[in-house]
Order: sequence, then C-alpha cells, then structure tokens
Amino acid sequence: MIITKQDALPISVRDVTKTYGDVFALDDVSLEVESGEFLTLLGPSGSGKTTLLMVLAGFTRPDRGSLKFGNDEVIRKPPHLRDVGMVFQNYALFPHMTVAGNVGYPLRLRRVPKAEAAERVERALETVQLSGYGERRIDQLSGGQKQRVALARAIVFEPRILLMDEPLSALDKKLRDRMQIELRHLHEKLGMTTVYVTHDQREALTMSDRIAVVNFGRIMQLATPQQLYDQPENKFVADFIGDSTFLDVERDGEKLVAGTTVLKTTRPVPEGNNLSLMMRPERVRLLENAASEDVNEFTATVSEVVYQGESFLLYAALENGTEMAVRGAIRSGSFTSLPKPGETVRLGLDSADTVILSDREQQL
Amino acid sequence: MTTTDMNAAGLKRDERLERLKLFGLSSPAILLVLVILVIPVGWLFYVSFIGADGSFSLENYERMIKRKSYGRIFLTTFEVSLLTTGLCILIGYPLAYFMSQLPNRIANLCLITVLLPFWTSLLVRTYAWLVLLQKNGLVNKWAISLGLWDEPIKIVHNLNGTLIGMVHIMLPFLVLPTYGAMKAIDRDYLKAAANMGASPARAFWTVFFPLSTPGLFAGALMVFVLCLGFFVTPAVLGGGKVIMVSMKIVSNIELFVNWGAASALGVVLLILTVAVLWLASRFLKLEQMTGGGH
Ligand SMILES: Nc1ncnc2c1ncn2[C@@H]1O[C@H](COP(=O)(O)OP(=O)(O)O)[C@@H](O)[C@H]1O
Ligand SMILES: [Mg+2]
Repeated sequence: MIITKQDALPISVRDVTKTYGDVFALDDVSLEVESGEFLTLLGPSGSGKTTLLMVLAGFTRPDRGSLKFGNDEVIRKPPHLRDVGMVFQNYALFPHMTVAGNVGYPLRLRRVPKAEAAERVERALETVQLSGYGERRIDQLSGGQKQRVALARAIVFEPRILLMDEPLSALDKKLRDRMQIELRHLHEKLGMTTVYVTHDQREALTMSDRIAVVNFGRIMQLATPQQLYDQPENKFVADFIGDSTFLDVERDGEKLVAGTTVLKTTRPVPEGNNLSLMMRPERVRLLENAASEDVNEFTATVSEVVYQGESFLLYAALENGTEMAVRGAIRSGSFTSLPKPGETVRLGLDSADTVILSDREQQL
Repeated sequence: MTTTDMNAAGLKRDERLERLKLFGLSSPAILLVLVILVIPVGWLFYVSFIGADGSFSLENYERMIKRKSYGRIFLTTFEVSLLTTGLCILIGYPLAYFMSQLPNRIANLCLITVLLPFWTSLLVRTYAWLVLLQKNGLVNKWAISLGLWDEPIKIVHNLNGTLIGMVHIMLPFLVLPTYGAMKAIDRDYLKAAANMGASPARAFWTVFFPLSTPGLFAGALMVFVLCLGFFVTPAVLGGGKVIMVSMKIVSNIELFVNWGAASALGVVLLILTVAVLWLASRFLKLEQMTGGGH
C-alpha cells in the first residue's frame, strides 16, 4: 500500500464561502494543497476549520466556490464518490462491527475479494501497530487504539487524499505526543495528500509541511511552521503562534518609535498606521554591557522572576506600563545572579528579530 | 484500637443504615407487586388444578389437549399477534426513521401525535374503528364515492378489522423504542460510511439498520407480548370470528362459570408468554455480544 508522491492528488480550493444565517463559517477561502503535502488548518475553536474539512469531504455544501482534486472539479460530487479517507474527531467506529469489520468495511464496499481484503486489513492494522487486534470489539479498545483503528480504516482503501479532524484531541498528552510523531512517519511512508485540523499550535508546528492559520472563516496566513513563527504576517498569527508581547509603534516621519525607543529593523515594515512591535520572550535579552549598534534597547522595571527548571521567565514593566516577558536559559548558579523585583534592567532586541506588524484583524 | 480500624465500626453501621433506607424506599413497590401479582398468580395456579367436583385434578389441562378448538384458539392468538407485530414493524419502522431525521422540535411534535391515542380510552378507540369500518361506515362510503369499489365490503367483524384496530393501538409501543434507538445513532457513523464509499442505501443497510435493531426488537417484543393477552379490540372488531385465548377465558367464566378451565388457560398463556420473553432475551443477548446493543 505504498502510494508514491505522483499518485497523491493536489487540492485546489477557490473562493469557497459558507454562511450559516449571517455567520460566515468560511469567507472566500482559497487554498492550494500540493500533492503529497501535510497541511494543517490551525485556528481557535469556531474559526471554520471543521467546516472547511467537511467541504473537502463533501458533507457540507458551500454557498459558492470551486474545489478541485487534481484536475477534477468535485464541489458537487456526493461524499461517497469522492474517494478521500477521513479520520473523524470522535473516530466514528461502527460499534456493531469488530476491528477487522471496521477496517474491512471500505474494501467490502469495493467488492475486494475476501482473501485479498483480509490481507489488506491485516497490513493496515500492522501499519498502525495493531496486528492481531482484528477480532476485538470496538468497546474493548482504549482511546489510543480507537484512534489507530480509525486511521487504519481511513488508509486501507488507499485514498489519495486523507483528512483528519482533531484526531488526537481525545488522547492524553503523552500519547498525543507519540501519535504526532507516528502520524508524521506514516505520512512520510504513505505519501497521500493530507489535510489535518487542530487547534493546538504545538501539534501543528510539530507535524506540518505547511500551516494555514484560520480565523473568522478566513486564512490569515499560509506558510511553513518556521515562517509562521519568525515572519508572521499579522498580529493575529503572531499572537496565536507562540507567546509574544506587543508594543504600539508610532510613525514619526521616517522613524518608527516604540515608547521612547527609535526602532532599528532589518525586516520589511508594513504600510499603514496601526503598527505593533512583536517581542518573543526568548528573543529579548537582558543587556549587561552597552548595546551594540544593531540592538534596540528598552528600559524596564522587574516585577517578577519565575524559576522554570531549564529556564527562567522574567516579567518587567516598560516605562509606558506594558508588561513583557523575557525567557532565558539557566546555567549553573546563574539564577541567583538575576535581577530582583524592583530593579531597573535594560532589555535588548536584535534588529534582525524586530518584527513590525499591522493589526490586520481590526480591519476584518 | 490501632489507627487502621479507626472509625471502622461507625462507617460499617452507616453503610448498613444506608442500605436499610434504600430498602425502605422500595418497600411500597415490593408490597404492591406481592399483593397484585404474586398472590393472584399463585391463586390462578391453584385454581387451575381444581376439577369440577372441587378436588385436585388435571381435567382442565386434559380438556385443552383433547379438544381441537383449544389448539385452534392458541394458533389464532399467535397468528394474530404475529401479523399485528409484522404490520406494526412495516408501518412503524419507516415512521420512526422519518421522525428521527426531522429537526428536534418538529420530531417532538410528531412524537406527541404518536402518543395522542393514549389520551383516549382503548374502548373508545376500538368503537371508533367499528363506526368507521362498518358496512355503511365512513370508509365504505368514501371508497365507493371515490370509485375504489362498488358495493360496501365487509372490513370489520373479521380478521382484517381486528388487525386494523390492533395495529393502530399497538403502533406507539413499537415506534417509541425504535425512535429512541434511532435517535441515539451518531450521525457521524453515516458520514463515515459515506466517506468510505457507501451510497446512502448501502450506508442505511450496513450501518443504520443494524444499529437500530435493538430498539426495533424491544418494540416488536412488547407488541407481540401485549397482543398475546389482548381482549377488547379483537372482541369488538373480530365479531366472534377471531377467537383469542383471552376471549375464551372470558367465555369460560361468563358462560360456563368454570373458573378452573379459565385459570388453566391463563396459566398456559402465562407460560407461553414467559417462554417467548425468555427466547427473545437469549436472542437479544446474542445480539449484544456481537456489539449490536450499546
Ligand atoms: N451546522 C451549523 N449550523 C450553524 N452554524 C454552524 C454550523 N456548523 C458550524 N457553524 C458555525 O460556523 C462557525 C465555524 O464552525 P466550525 O467549522 O465547526 O469551527 P471549528 O471547527 O474551527 O471549531 C462557527 O461559528 C459555528 O458556530
Ligand atoms: Mg471543529
């Protein structure tokens, strides 16, 4: 059951809109998923991720738009003719069938001869590391095992597109971490175009080739995990991925000013007036010596220092009152030499890490 | 006293007290069952073994075996019950399915209309059917004026009339549990089936139907068992042509004042009913073992 990357299908979503009353569940969504890619839809609850996935699977009829698998327009094709595999959030395993019955179901529909079907079921179960579980009843399985059976059932008929809606959200953290890696390996092995839904940014960063950040039924940014983290396109993405503090930025002629600091940046600056400076806790440093040329310097008063094992988290208030966080590594003994609450410190942000964003979500 | 049995005695007493309270709460029900079920049934058994001369005898049971008419009555009873159950399934299952697909508010409204017949007495509903179905009743008049048939036909005082009335009265008992089972089926199961390539009809027969059978079986069983002992409707609508066990019991008492014969019939009916229930429960348990019930 090895699908090569050429067999996988690209997905092309164009201008898809879906409204419920006056709620825009999807608002003019366009998206290209490359063949064989692992793409994640990431967004807060209610942002439209499930709706988009259901449009791909054919269970939700959008108001308008186009959807192509490869070169075929499929927007009006009923779900049972689309030939995409799907793992449901609650797995939707049939309780009246055994594990083998569930996994063999799509093969029975396709009239695969019994012997071949049995072999393929066993191979699919092997792929998800459940060999020998065929005769089990569904209610005898743990959450993680159910998840694997659902996966086996979705891949056994070798669909060229695989959809997953928060498949790990019901599992405990340890199992979730392991399954993330396993799903990733499985994708590398099978190579089908995969669209994965999650609201967990860490999961998205771990697994995806690219991530589409979704909010209010729109795609806020579509990029690789690293680009999303390092070069968010707007404040929503910067805020949703990782921790950050934002400082208001004023335009003063050519200059950009945050508080009393004139900013130096090597990065592109967006148009418009509603600008914010993004500061990630681990990119801000405590300055001991005089700052060099390419570092933006801020003065702040320490309000709290938190010990977190491998690192410390220092909260400090800038002159204009904004609280911000600084994270740094703790080397032996260095925790005791950190500033104490009430002390004044100088914080530095490299011009290469100085990201200025427009508050795009306010325009929505 | 060591620390390990600290408060042990007190806690044990609390537990016993709690159990006593629970028993106290259920005692009225236990008493009721004892008085209106166990004692009369015991009495029934006793009376069935008393002969005409007042001494112990098996003559009431012997009569049932010797006389052909008794065998026919039992056969009719099972036949009418089976037919009613079958018709209820044919009408009730699609109805329950239809209701289960409706939005909740409308479905609840439908449910009320299904339950509406319970608000009028059984006797009234049965006589209403008699009025509708008789020779110059509404059904015949309309059918003739619509040209469906030319002469008034006999729809009541026979098996047809009995079945019409019984199906009408038994339908809610089938629809309610079936509807309940259908409502409990997660719609994602059907989506999953469609996603894997099942056409709507295929998804229905391979997923929806098997998952709805526990409710359907429960309803059908209830209808069948209730039919076995049904009296009013077959008596009124059967016109003496459909004789069920319950009617023979009544005639044994009213016509022949033979309590022993009536009791023996009652005992046999009871045993047959219990046998049906026992068989069904074995069947249903099997169903559960294959994952059907949940
Ligand atoms: N069947 C529906 N009827 C009405 N509103 C819906 C329906 N499905 C989704 N919505 C609305 O569409 C929006 C997006 O929902 P959804 O796609 O489920 O979000 P997500 O999966 O990202 O949590 C939400 O505001 C939700 O309330
Ligand atoms: Mg969702």
